[in-house]
Amino acid sequence: MAERLLFFLLALIVVSTAVGVVTNRNPVRSALLLVANFFSLALLYFLLSAQFLGVLQIIVYAGAIMVLFLFVIMLLNLGSPEPATFSEQGYRRPLAWLIALGMFALLVSQALVVAGTPPAQADPQVGTARTIGYALFTEWSFAVVVVGVLLTVGVIGSILLARRRSA
Amino acid sequence: MESVPLSAYLTLSAFLFAVGAVGVVIKRNPIVIFMCIELMLNAANLTFLAFAKHQPTLQAQVAGHVFVLFVIGVAAAEVAVGLGIITVMFRLRENIDIDQVNLMRE
Repeated sequence: MAERLLFFLLALIVVSTAVGVVTNRNPVRSALLLVANFFSLALLYFLLSAQFLGVLQIIVYAGAIMVLFLFVIMLLNLGSPEPATFSEQGYRRPLAWLIALGMFALLVSQALVVAGTPPAQADPQVGTARTIGYALFTEWSFAVVVVGVLLTVGVIGSILLARRRSA
Repeated sequence: MESVPLSAYLTLSAFLFAVGAVGVVIKRNPIVIFMCIELMLNAANLTFLAFAKHQPTLQAQVAGHVFVLFVIGVAAAEVAVGLGIITVMFRLRENIDIDQVNLMRE
């Protein structure tokens, strides 16, 4: 019962902050709401007995990625609210509603298929850094190398992109 | 103690994904569009973890967690490159309304 109550509260926060991110006109407020969203998602990960990934979510998403977002917003002066006019893009709003409802209906219909699945007995050591680290360096070692290459290429690419041409 | 059903997590994640998709379509500030993409990636992560909890073996459960780790890594790389592109866009022309960006076409 306590777990359900906790899930309901966290889901409420996640849903309201996600809607806030999209409806807010001020990018800085969107970013701060996104931080709250990531935090409550991290708590949901704890509820799913994924402690290591919950901590990682807070460090990587709520920490590093959000700092990057806010930094670019401040650097480029993008903090001004966007104008409310939608006159020339009148088709966008119905299109967005269509996409949203269609996607939600499709995904929920798939969720109902698996509704009866009983929860397996979660192994007490499933979410620990030890178990995940062991799996990463044995079963998934090739994928780890690939992600490492991807991150290196991403860092080099962004440095090359952001460098001033004259320098 | 009664635990939370799998479908509750999946519905929450479907809602998050739909909200992110709407944001990508209706927003015009590229930074906010990026934030909505992050929302969608997090919805996928939530689905991975919810399914991982309902797997029978330890190996399958850990596989779900490992995939979430990879998604987080890819998201970090994507944000770095994307924000670099936005910076360059801003340097080339001051205004950064996504509807008026057609640099790739010229």
